[in-house]
Amino acid sequence: MIPFNFEYYKPKTIEEAVDLFNSLKSAGKKPVYYGGGTEIISMARVHNVHMDAVIDIKGIPECNVHEVKDGELIIGSGVTLTEIAELNFFPLLSLTIKRIADHTVQGKITLGGNLMGPIIYKEASLPLMASNSKVIIAGRNGKRKVLVRDIYDKEKGLNPCEMIVQIVVEDKFLNLPYAHVKRTKNEKIDYPLITIVGLKDEKKISFAFSGICEYPFRSPKMEDVLNNNSISVNKRIKKAITNIPGKILNDLNGSSEYRKFMLHTMLKEALLDFQEVE
Amino acid sequence: MIKIAKATVLNLHINGEYREVLVKPSDTLLYTLRNLLGLTGAKPGCENGDCGACTVLIDNRPIKSCLILTVETIGKRILTIEGLKDVPIQKSFVENWGFQCGYCTSGFLMVCHSLAQIHPNANDHTIEEWLQSNLCRCTGYEEIENAIKSILTGTVRT
Ligand SMILES: Cc1cc2nc3c(=O)[nH]c(=O)nc-3n(C[C@H](O)[C@H](O)[C@H](O)COP(=O)(O)OP(=O)(O)OC[C@H]3O[C@@H](n4cnc5c(N)ncnc54)[C@H](O)[C@@H]3O)c2cc1C
Ligand code: FES
Ligand code: FES
Repeated sequence: MIPFNFEYYKPKTIEEAVDLFNSLKSAGKKPVYYGGGTEIISMARVHNVHMDAVIDIKGIPECNVHEVKDGELIIGSGVTLTEIAELNFFPLLSLTIKRIADHTVQGKITLGGNLMGPIIYKEASLPLMASNSKVIIAGRNGKRKVLVRDIYDKEKGLNPCEMIVQIVVEDKFLNLPYAHVKRTKNEKIDYPLITIVGLKDEKKISFAFSGICEYPFRSPKMEDVLNNNSISVNKRIKKAITNIPGKILNDLNGSSEYRKFMLHTMLKEALLDFQEVE
Repeated sequence: MIKIAKATVLNLHINGEYREVLVKPSDTLLYTLRNLLGLTGAKPGCENGDCGACTVLIDNRPIKSCLILTVETIGKRILTIEGLKDVPIQKSFVENWGFQCGYCTSGFLMVCHSLAQIHPNANDHTIEEWLQSNLCRCTGYEEIENAIKSILTGTVRT
């Protein structure tokens, strides 16, 4: 049971949603965009989040689009993880999503909600970062398009009034060879200790990581080293680990030393998938 | 645009019939079912999306009723354990010792019923994927797996 009340709105257009957000805010209220609501409900129940109104984006047609058109896969922010896995346009995304929460909850979590939720892992972002995918954002000044990895950037990311409308993946990335390696602390269904995805085109393998730092990331420095075929795989991995772009998590799930140890094993597994390891 | 700013009477489609109920926008479906409609088959466990004891079907798909607002179900078909009458999975749970204390049972029955409808030829992988959404603290899960397998392969006696 949620111990406080709020208003519920389900707009039919992007403009309606954004205008509503701004007018509620101007009236001194705190609105939030509402996707699957799994995070909002579970946090509200224990008073970890408070809002005066929720704006359910699932009634907006653009947020429910899920199609390959003109060389791009377009996924609306309100599309559920289950639908993405079932239609399976992007097998690496489907595989990653099938390891988020459990099958029933996947039917409620939306792609936009996973990308924007306060939980640090945001595993669905990994295949999208590895494929240089973009996000269409709507706000008071209309729409703009940024790389998925930039939504976590203070400057380029979303301001509080903005919402994610769609995610766009170029179709040349959809069927590339891939690797997905996820480790949890104990149970198969859990937040990750670490998740790695890799996507290989004719030039190189792109990697994205979750569970190492406080945010999911892709690192050009780590990628350069991992793709350097002139040195041994073990040396590549050791050098890549010294190039992690932020502070390594050190918590009850795993110490930073343990995470580094696991990352070594997992990177080897990923490279093995790409037949980079004899 | 749908706007529900305060407690409002909704006409919800539950177990094949329309039921009028006064709900607040912040009421979860689990709360509405149990506390306002007297449908206590969906059980509160973790209320956090982890245990599956509260599972119901919305438009034939399993949903954890602790993680959905009642207002989100406007225009959808809700099926709770009270609406599941003499379907094969119920008999199969009895025949395969699929429960002990019974607290998790309604949630498991809803997931299994939906799986049998959507994937009547589900393989072991799909069965595991769907059933991992629910926890049971009494059985060893094998009995539940046997129950679902026996209806998927059509061996349940009627
Ligand atoms: C049982 C359980 C297990 C989980 N396991 C994992 C896991 O293993 N890995 C993992 O990565 N995550 C996991 N999660 C986290 C899950 O992915 C998040 O809960 C996700 O944020 C929920 O998506 P939602 O659609 O329900 O979001 P909501 O609850 O609707 O929203 C979450 C946040 O995103 C914002 N938001 C939603 N949609 C938009 C939009 N279109 N534009 C802008 N902002 C938006 C909301 O305002 C809110 O702040 C788990 C969650 C649960 C409940
Ligand atoms: S009570 Fe809903 S999942 Fe546990
Ligand atoms: S039968 Fe007791 S929890 Fe499952």
